[in-house]
Amino acid sequence: MSKRSIIPGFRLSIGISVFYLSILVLIPLSIIFIKSFELSLAQFWDTIVNPRVLASYRISFVTAFCAAIINTVFGLIVAWVLVRYQFPGKKIIDALVDIPFALPTAVAGIALTALYAKNGWIGSLLEPLGIKVAYSPLGIIVALTFIGIPFVVRTVQPVIEDLEKEMEEAAVMLGAYRLRTLLRVVLPTLYPALLTGFTLAFARGIGEYGSVVFISGNMPLVTEISPLLIMTKLEQYDYAGATAIAAVMLIVSFLLLLLINLLQWSMNRRLTANS
Amino acid sequence: MYIRSIRQFLLLFSAVILMVGLLAACGQGNGNNSNESSSSNKVNSNGKEESNSKESNEQAKAKDAVKLLNVSYDPTRELYVEFNEAFAKHWKETANQEVTIEQSHGGSGKQGRAVIDGLEADVVTLALGYDIDAIVDAGLIEPDWQSQYELNSSPYTSTIVFLVRKGNPKNIIDWDDLIKEDVEVITPNPKTSGGARWNYLAAWGYALKQNNNDEEAAKQYVAELFKHVPVLDTGARGSTTTFVEREIGDVLLAWENEAYLSINELGPDKFDIVYPSLSILAEPPVAIVDKVVDKRGTREVAEAYLQFLYTDEGQKIAGKNYYRPTNQAIAEQFNDQFPKLELLQIDEDFGGWKAAQEKHFAEGGLFDQIYTPGS
Repeated sequence: MSKRSIIPGFRLSIGISVFYLSILVLIPLSIIFIKSFELSLAQFWDTIVNPRVLASYRISFVTAFCAAIINTVFGLIVAWVLVRYQFPGKKIIDALVDIPFALPTAVAGIALTALYAKNGWIGSLLEPLGIKVAYSPLGIIVALTFIGIPFVVRTVQPVIEDLEKEMEEAAVMLGAYRLRTLLRVVLPTLYPALLTGFTLAFARGIGEYGSVVFISGNMPLVTEISPLLIMTKLEQYDYAGATAIAAVMLIVSFLLLLLINLLQWSMNRRLTANS
Repeated sequence: MYIRSIRQFLLLFSAVILMVGLLAACGQGNGNNSNESSSSNKVNSNGKEESNSKESNEQAKAKDAVKLLNVSYDPTRELYVEFNEAFAKHWKETANQEVTIEQSHGGSGKQGRAVIDGLEADVVTLALGYDIDAIVDAGLIEPDWQSQYELNSSPYTSTIVFLVRKGNPKNIIDWDDLIKEDVEVITPNPKTSGGARWNYLAAWGYALKQNNNDEEAAKQYVAELFKHVPVLDTGARGSTTTFVEREIGDVLLAWENEAYLSINELGPDKFDIVYPSLSILAEPPVAIVDKVVDKRGTREVAEAYLQFLYTDEGQKIAGKNYYRPTNQAIAEQFNDQFPKLELLQIDEDFGGWKAAQEKHFAEGGLFDQIYTPGS
């Protein structure tokens, strides 16, 4: 602050940022905690360790994690293909990646369910093999994968674009095999972006409601996700119980995101130290 | 420096004004549709355009046109479209006033919550009294609402029936057949769906009767029943879709009117309705939202609106839309449509909604115990 920046408007922009974030993020989030204080500590504890609630946390976090992992792997490949190769229809595929952002999630859920139910196109092929997708945890993963694709592709893509070909050439000149070039030279520079993409997809998956309720079947203990339990409680006029579950999700998500950010931070440090 | 900070201040100030304005504008647009899945239909009197109605209004020097919002539950869409038109016509003739009725539909519990949270409904027509009681607890409706209109404020009734695939391949005739080994049952979640609570209570009542009021046996039956449920949707329409479109399950536990609608809309060659030996008398109640009508000055027309449900015309419209009329004379005209069957009553057999809710559906109640491991 003491040193004046060349660009004006620091105070104005920080003021707007704080105001904006308070109104849209901080105040609504604090309401969750305030509401959940309506419960006594024992009630709060009973609500959040109820077996069904515990099961729903597990389902939400595990499926979101699996979906984010899948997206990280395949999102990287998609981003790589989109940057490095020229082929007809590339622009279209590039645009397709964004569709999950724009599509109402309920539409996505209904479309996926129609496709993966036992009378759907894909479901009817998988059912004889004994693979049940719709109305099983697998279905939740499919829906969350769909929702999460753009997060990974869009975070990794610009980083790949910035990669210098010379680095790869140098690696090969210095005698690295092609696989080794990929694993030891190219991938490490992408890790931070991949991790960011993973985090975004993961966070999105934990909170996703609209698409999942259609494909999951909502069976308690098996495919009932935490956001659905929150909705259930709201419809029972149990606001405090709903916010208790929400508060726990918020805290767990926050800790996970913090962990991932720490990981990223240390990774970044190693990267800059190496180069 | 001084001028500079003033300019900054003005900029910030206008930014704030802009934001607040934007928020307010968005908020206003939200008023009638505070939840995504509920839909609103506008029905104008005599089916005329609104501009027309204004003209005729001036000609007749009538009272100002008035608007009502009816917040209802999922399967009443078709019923109220027809009823609203009839009432608008009736009100124009008797009170010489244009009335436009807007509808909002969604799961009963969700709709009740929307009203509590500030959706300005003049009347509520929900799936069960419990949801109206919740609005009472919020102070918007007088506690004696159920005695404001005849028959517990329930102008029409319905019941729960089985919808099965054409020809009834699994031979499902009564509640016992639902827990046969290879039968899959589709019902929404009683925690989120009003209709599903009626489903659940009908099953419970049947099991009690079969086992000489042995609650333990009834509990076992209901637990077994829900083991046959592969998908628990959140609302009645969702379950209908699962059963009809996804072709999952052998039997759908449904509102009688919803079952008829499925057959009419999707062809009678696909499904049959099965009436079990015993079901439950579902009384979807109606009420005036006192706080709102007093504020908006719509009490008179809102009261007439609900009263009109009890008239011969209102009863006929209910019957036509597969709700059972409570007026015996009208009900007899629909005798072919509504077979007589033994019906449990919520007040006599379950001690009223409050008791049923606490025992079965509240946190840790009997329904929760079904899905608690090791119980």
